[in-house]
Amino acid sequence: MSNYIKLVALGLITLFAMIAINHARDTAYLVHAIIVMLTAGGLFLYTLRQTDEPANPQLQDEYLDGVVRAGVVATAFWGVIGFLVGTFIAFQLAFPGLNFDWLNGHGNFGRLRPLHTSAVIFAFGGNGLIATSFYVVQRTSAARLWGGNLAWFVFWGYQLFIVLAATGYVFGATQSREYAEPEWHVDLWLLIVWMAYLAVFLGTIIKRKEPHIYVANWFYLSFIVTVAMLHVVNNMAVPVSIFGSRSISLFSGVQDAMTQWWYGHNAVGFLLTAGFLGMMYYFIPKQAERPVYSYKLSIIHFWALIFLYIWAGPHHLHYTALPDWATTLGMVFSIVLWMPSWGGMINGLMTLSGAWDKLRTDPVIRMMVIAVGFYGMATFEGPMMSIRAVNALSHYTDWTIGHVHSGALGWNGMITFGALYFLVPVLWKRERLYSLTLVSWHFWLATIGIVLYAASMWVTGIMEGLMWREVDANGFLVNSFADTVSAKFPMYVVRGLGGVLYLMGGIIMCYNLWMTVRRAPAKEASLATPVLAE
Amino acid sequence: MNPDTETYSVLRQFADSWMLLLLFVFFVGVVFWVFRPGSKKTYDDTANIPFRHEDKPSDATTDEGENSEEEGKK
Repeated sequence: MSNYIKLVALGLITLFAMIAINHARDTAYLVHAIIVMLTAGGLFLYTLRQTDEPANPQLQDEYLDGVVRAGVVATAFWGVIGFLVGTFIAFQLAFPGLNFDWLNGHGNFGRLRPLHTSAVIFAFGGNGLIATSFYVVQRTSAARLWGGNLAWFVFWGYQLFIVLAATGYVFGATQSREYAEPEWHVDLWLLIVWMAYLAVFLGTIIKRKEPHIYVANWFYLSFIVTVAMLHVVNNMAVPVSIFGSRSISLFSGVQDAMTQWWYGHNAVGFLLTAGFLGMMYYFIPKQAERPVYSYKLSIIHFWALIFLYIWAGPHHLHYTALPDWATTLGMVFSIVLWMPSWGGMINGLMTLSGAWDKLRTDPVIRMMVIAVGFYGMATFEGPMMSIRAVNALSHYTDWTIGHVHSGALGWNGMITFGALYFLVPVLWKRERLYSLTLVSWHFWLATIGIVLYAASMWVTGIMEGLMWREVDANGFLVNSFADTVSAKFPMYVVRGLGGVLYLMGGIIMCYNLWMTVRRAPAKEASLATPVLAE
Repeated sequence: MNPDTETYSVLRQFADSWMLLLLFVFFVGVVFWVFRPGSKKTYDDTANIPFRHEDKPSDATTDEGENSEEEGKK
């Protein structure tokens, strides 16, 4: 029966997409309509062929791991794409000739930059979070994912969102809101997918067999709920036409800016921090084979982080039209955030107390530990940069870019790599990883890459800030903007090289994971094996 | 006064007085609640959740290991 309803819905969507192709007012919308038509049409045929066939029974006595496996593949795939685009645009800044004329502007830095940020944050990070949260919530609830194939809808729906967002950027559809660039029709689709994600996650927690909700699930749930809230509020806009991608924000002026940075900073706080802390609270204890250092601290960590992060956004708007009291509020809350951030970091690191020797023998746990180390560094640097006087120097310079990347590459990247190295042998039922040597190679390439990146951006950021504010005896600015651009050239090349190293590490990881699946047992010592409690 | 400004003022006053107090008290309450007597046993059990049910959901097999609170529920 449900298949007939699906067929009607898919048929109508395909028909509407065809009409939309005919009336499309801009290229991006046209491309999106074509993608939607092909997807819905393909699904129509697929559903038609499945209709009235005997359905596969849902096995309630097993975990739904197929969707987690798909998520692991998607995470690794989008990760490499995101790193590749990032490295390319880093070299575009150093060598402007790489903004090729023959691409008619579609491949320019301005179009590729949101492609890079969305690919790494939402495609790599988002897929990593969805996959690990589905894995973790099942294990810690001792229950199969709620909602049957709804989890598969979340997975494929999210991939469609990524493709729509990426093609939109290249063809010029953007709301010009950082990290919220997709236009209204893509936003609506993400909202549907996200509600389904929330339903699957919450449904699984509700039917859990464990009396308590493990702390990782608290972090994952806060990430899902808060991202839903941020997404809805920051994307409130009126489309110009139902057949065009352009829309007008409901807010204007400083309210618009404040809404955007309330969103922007909490995307960092809840997607890149709370979600990944959920990863930390599950995978570090698993890999270290010992429970988290202090469960009490983890509860206080959670509530402190949740209560503080949501207020920190205004620190992005120092010295703007935003009232001083608001930026002071943002600054104060950012500084107080030191406490929960470092509390959480200590909790993650101390989980290894009594097992520090694993750092020497297990490159996977080394990866997770350096991720937590970078988390500590980034959450030290961030509050410092939110102080108004420091921000006067650092804002709009490359220091910000360096800060973001030490957090993103160091914390988010490394903890995700660690989780992938843990998950692949477990999910594909392999005894261990294909090669630990390759994990070590990945570890060092990535770490050196981050150091090159962060160090060059500190140098160029502080230099830039000092050059911009330098005045002569008569109060005139000494340097033109172009002077700072040419002074930054060597650091831009170093940054690009750091990106190359990080990208190589990612490719090595993909090879290693691929070989783990293809032919698991090789010459290395056993590790990352799911130790059965027997 | 402009009704929008009035709403803003009311909400703003509420936010930096009662709401602030409520959130602060809630947070302090959480801290006290976490350190309540007898919480250690519960949290030790909860902290070990990741080491149970790795392969199958709870009602599928009889689990080996230390699911202390779980046995009572079945």
